[in-house]
Amino acid sequence: MLKDVTIGQYYPTDSIIHRLDPRTKIHFTFLYIIILFMIDNFAGYVMAFAFLIGITLISKIPLGYIVRGVKGLVFIILITVFINLFMTPGTPIFKFWILEITDKGLEVAIFMALRLIFLVTGTSLMTLTTSPIALTDGIEYSIKAIPFIKNYAHELAMMMTIALRFIPTLMEETDRIMKAQKARGADFESGNMIKRAKNLIPILVPLFVSAFRRADELAIAMEARCYRGGDNRTRLNELKYHKIDLYAYVIIVLMTAAILSTRFIFNW
Amino acid sequence: MSIEITKLSHIYSQNTPFESSALCEVSAVIEKGDFIGLIGHTGSGKSTLIQHLNVLLKPTSGSILIDGVDINAKGTKVRDIRQKVGLVFQYPEHQLFEETVAKDVAYGPGNLGLPENEIVQRVKDAVNMVGLDYEKIKDKSPFELSGGQMRRVAIAGVLAMSPDILILDEPTAGLDPKGRDDILKVIKELHKENNITVILVSHSMEDIAKHVNKIMVMYNGKIEFYDTPEKVFAQADRLEEIGLGVPQVTYLMKELKKTDPLVRDDIYTIDQAKAEIINMLRRRKNA
Repeated sequence: MLKDVTIGQYYPTDSIIHRLDPRTKIHFTFLYIIILFMIDNFAGYVMAFAFLIGITLISKIPLGYIVRGVKGLVFIILITVFINLFMTPGTPIFKFWILEITDKGLEVAIFMALRLIFLVTGTSLMTLTTSPIALTDGIEYSIKAIPFIKNYAHELAMMMTIALRFIPTLMEETDRIMKAQKARGADFESGNMIKRAKNLIPILVPLFVSAFRRADELAIAMEARCYRGGDNRTRLNELKYHKIDLYAYVIIVLMTAAILSTRFIFNW
Repeated sequence: MSIEITKLSHIYSQNTPFESSALCEVSAVIEKGDFIGLIGHTGSGKSTLIQHLNVLLKPTSGSILIDGVDINAKGTKVRDIRQKVGLVFQYPEHQLFEETVAKDVAYGPGNLGLPENEIVQRVKDAVNMVGLDYEKIKDKSPFELSGGQMRRVAIAGVLAMSPDILILDEPTAGLDPKGRDDILKVIKELHKENNITVILVSHSMEDIAKHVNKIMVMYNGKIEFYDTPEKVFAQADRLEEIGLGVPQVTYLMKELKKTDPLVRDDIYTIDQAKAEIINMLRRRKNA
């Protein structure tokens, strides 16, 4: 069950995309998200899709992995499609009882679904190709450039690193506690919603107890090694841009220009 | 209550880059009333094996029969197997969650759907079995007990399901010597008096040597040895090769043998060593 979560997971392999500087990937993803919401025609989506496929192929990540990430969000996508389909005013093309599909609604619904799918795939491509440590390093460097939060950049990045670091640990812990309670006859798979929620207490209580214990131990261990935040802290691996990052930025700019130009060329 | 393991294999995260084989065609028979010591270094497949016995993991291939019943067959009720096979995980005190000790121990039997009076009786018996005073402890919060007491309460939680087979994964890890001896004594008594089949996973060769009648040694997902302690501990070289060892006293006897070839070195408990050393001294006196 817990193993199906691919969002935020890192897929270790060697590819050009993996070797890019994390900052490049973060900026690229950020820009990609903005572009996705600016596209207003199918040609733009076709280009965005082609781009996504291209990067996926270069990154050597199996397609099944990325599809699995989308699967987890099918429910949210369906709700979005449903609401947009029936709630957008326009010329009706199909009518059933009080439900009415309009031409505009159909268009908006398809666009929203595409946006969400591209959004999830694009962002998971970033996390799949960037190790958590590199990712937080990249975030730290990137938010240092923002004036009003730059003083907290290190703290924020440290918190994210620790949070990411503990996801697998806590998942393992959950798995262990679940198994231990199952060995005592617990059943997490049957019953109605309320009963199932109640059945989670034997997992949640020990999990919280252990999370607090771990937090406490970690804080002490960090203090024992004289950790005191970001001031004057040097790092083992400084992030450095390489030549491929330059190429990547050129490609990003070209892609942005190409996709955005469709707004003017195909206006239908 | 015999356990028959046939060609059991398990592969974690099959068909992903994280794929790893934990068990490889393991076969063994555990008889009713056996006290088995399961040893092997970290990652040898011990935990994977014991979780199969409780249907917490399903085999990639192979089968397990408990009393002739295939525990992974469709018609087998998982809950019945988990009642029959009690599994105490490492650091079991980390799974305590209820407000009081009595409620926590009652969780297992409650899940079995037993009547209220039966549950109360079982909780009482289980708490007494692990050497705690039921009346004194029943209304305390499990989180205010000492480490050793918490662990005993957690073990009581499994015993309250009255299993026929009890599996313990390093029940003495992280306890002080007294806590360790108390727990081992409880397990030994359970085995003797209730005739429960016990599988004890441990890293302490001393504990294993003192209590078990058979040792199963695992290495790289396979069973390396499965025999009586004498025969297993006779393979000291191979045991060291795979990251294990023999009891300290066996090393002592091996050293003694170097000075006196008549000394036996197939000895693995203090009592045996004592007898053998007295023997040796007598022999020298007479000579």
